Amino acid sequence: MKDTGTDADPVLRLDGIRKTFPGVVALANVDLALYPGQVTALVGENGAGKSTLVKVLTGIYQPDAGTIRVDGTETRFPSAGAATAAGITAIHQETVLFDELTVAENIFLGHAPRGRFGLVDWARMREEAAAILKRIGARIDPRTPLRDLGIASKHLVAIARALSVEARVVVMDEPTASLSQTEIEELYELVERLKSEGQAILFISHKFDEIFRIADRYTVFRDGEMVDAGRIADVTEDQLVERMVGRSMDAIFPARTATPGDEVLRVEGMSHLTEFADISFTLRRGEILGFYGLVGAGRSEFMQALFGVTRPSAGTVTLDGRPLAIRSPADAIASGIVYVPEDRGRQGAITALPIFQNVTLPSLSQTSRHGFVRMAEEFRLARRYTERLDLRAAALDQEVGTLSGGNQQKVVIAKWLATKPAVIILDEPTKGIDVGSKAAVHEFMAELAAEGLSVVMVSSEIPEILGMSDRVIVMRDGRIAARYDRAGLTPEALVRAAAGYEAAA
Amino acid sequence: MIGSFVRSREAILLAALVALVLLVETRFAGFAAPGNLTRILNDTSILIILALGQMLVILTRCIDLSLASNLALTGMVTAMLNAAMPGLPVGLLLAIAIALGLLLGAFNGLLVWKLEIPSIVVTLGTLTIYRGVIFLVSGGAWVNSHEMSAAYKALPRTELLGLPLLGWTGVAIVAAFAVGVNRTALGRAFYAVGGNPGAAIYTGIDVGRTRFWAFVISGGLAGLCGYLWVSRYAVAYTDVAGGFELDIVAACVIGGISIAGGLGTVTGAVLGALFLGTIKNALPVAGISPFWQMAISGAAIIVAVGFNARRQPGRVILKPEATR
Repeated sequence: MKDTGTDADPVLRLDGIRKTFPGVVALANVDLALYPGQVTALVGENGAGKSTLVKVLTGIYQPDAGTIRVDGTETRFPSAGAATAAGITAIHQETVLFDELTVAENIFLGHAPRGRFGLVDWARMREEAAAILKRIGARIDPRTPLRDLGIASKHLVAIARALSVEARVVVMDEPTASLSQTEIEELYELVERLKSEGQAILFISHKFDEIFRIADRYTVFRDGEMVDAGRIADVTEDQLVERMVGRSMDAIFPARTATPGDEVLRVEGMSHLTEFADISFTLRRGEILGFYGLVGAGRSEFMQALFGVTRPSAGTVTLDGRPLAIRSPADAIASGIVYVPEDRGRQGAITALPIFQNVTLPSLSQTSRHGFVRMAEEFRLARRYTERLDLRAAALDQEVGTLSGGNQQKVVIAKWLATKPAVIILDEPTKGIDVGSKAAVHEFMAELAAEGLSVVMVSSEIPEILGMSDRVIVMRDGRIAARYDRAGLTPEALVRAAAGYEAAA
Repeated sequence: MIGSFVRSREAILLAALVALVLLVETRFAGFAAPGNLTRILNDTSILIILALGQMLVILTRCIDLSLASNLALTGMVTAMLNAAMPGLPVGLLLAIAIALGLLLGAFNGLLVWKLEIPSIVVTLGTLTIYRGVIFLVSGGAWVNSHEMSAAYKALPRTELLGLPLLGWTGVAIVAAFAVGVNRTALGRAFYAVGGNPGAAIYTGIDVGRTRFWAFVISGGLAGLCGYLWVSRYAVAYTDVAGGFELDIVAACVIGGISIAGGLGTVTGAVLGALFLGTIKNALPVAGISPFWQMAISGAAIIVAVGFNARRQPGRVILKPEATR
């Protein structure tokens, strides 16, 4: 690698770290070095392995192979406590804090200063909490209950908590994602202060402006591998974007030849008080419309409103020329709009019910006569759609919970196809499923579109967006940031639009 | 199908029930005689009916603790109406009992649905409220056997093919549930809402409304049982069926209805009620003190739950996110 600078010995050094999950290689042969007093930016697409790396660093996951060295001594982190003891602390995107406890209690939960007889020394805890808060420039009374604080202040408490242990390595996982501009400035100051105290910082971010502003070094991850590392001073933003996305399109996507037909769905001026604003687009018959954006850009929130789970504050939806009033998911399903949510665990299948009952759940009126469900009809409907999706199951009365993730996803998709929709919204349709199932889902999507079904595909995977979409909408901060036709669309353009970094064209 | 039944929790429970009957039979000949078993079925009918109602509520991840109070209140109202107007046809009283029960159940259901109050809080409240209302309407007085009309008392005792109508009512409700729970959209919705509320929402099922219907149905059944109980024992007073709400929950739990929701069968609930009913019938025969009876019933519940806890279906595919 290019990184040959040895201004000091690294505090933490990872060599050849590998971590696999069933069917997925999350990290393959990753090297990383963090130096005292320096900020290393970790960049990569969603799913590149950044979060897995953080979990390895903080002792939540155990690597399958590779070594971790702290100050040159090889070590292992069998638990989160062991990583903390070694001086590694992390500030997560969404930190778990306790609303009913005070700020001081949150900061010191689990390692409160003890007084005589092993009892918590409350006075000292408050003093030390106040000192840490002062150190990070937060004007918060340690006695305040956490629930009285805003999101940004809670974030500062999370940072204070991370620093309440003797930290030498601080991992920040998208720390500015939920902060306003002034709060971000304060965070930068804090990072500078930590640097001057000699801490090594791993800074994970999608925002190029902040990477170039505060980082000294960079490491680029792609598909679980470290593809590049070096000094920030030696690269340009364009080069960094290129290395992030610059892949051979190794996944093979089905050929799409059919041209989309007439307009089916028209969404105009859809807004929500807090999540998204002014979303307008049209969708044609047999078209696949990709929605790209960073996590938290408001894509899923918009889809949930379109599907009637939440209520938008403004906007109209027209399907086949008829205006729709969607007040609940039942309304949306009846109108012919269905939604396959991202979170399969909580929103997808009902794992305790058998496959056929999951498939027919929204279509019971089809399989019923005089209000009574006919099992033979149910099996017929379930068989028709699960066979089309090539579901691997011993029997249709098998519980869905006994299936693999990919097959569970097929059950959920079969459930929606059985309602014979006009528009299907697929939210991260291949997230977390194995490569084989992914290809099957892609092929099937192309087939559906060819048959005239209109597809809205929310995806954070650039190859999937590029490989499947006829048109692409990029969302950023709850608004449409860019629209692209398939022709002339480049991965670099997508990343720039999503991150809000306009290219020097 | 037969193979999967043998391995199911219902089969284990059925085997335990048969073993229990045979065990008591070895000590007290005649316990397993058809006549006695019919008597146990008849005695347990009310528990079976209410366990089925409770099952629907528990399937949706709720609980109804007010069933016994609902039963006592509707029973008292029918008894007082009968005492005041002996001419009212029993069929009308029965309809009033069911309607009042539905109403009381709907009140629980509305609070759970519209105000989103946890059901255990709602029904703990209505448990005492409904009980209190009995005292208000009756002034604490009893309605005794001699104040009730003959027709009022006769209905549940009338025998048909060797089984009193009380028992037949239980059989009819079980049959209705077997069809309704497995073969209607609402029946399916109870399982979906309890099995995965998030997924149910995305499937177009209104979680709150489904729970409401579970409370309405269980309330209606409690109303029906209010009449059956009071006419059978021919007495109505404030504390009728006191503590019975826990027997109902216990029958469900023994029958493998998962308190976590979404899991349970009509067969299980019926067998759970019969198991508890058999124990309650057998222990006095064996001359065991009432306090031991309570302890043994309690032990049966814990053993049953222990069995169910080890038989979780499915497997976990995704590891929970450790950092969240």
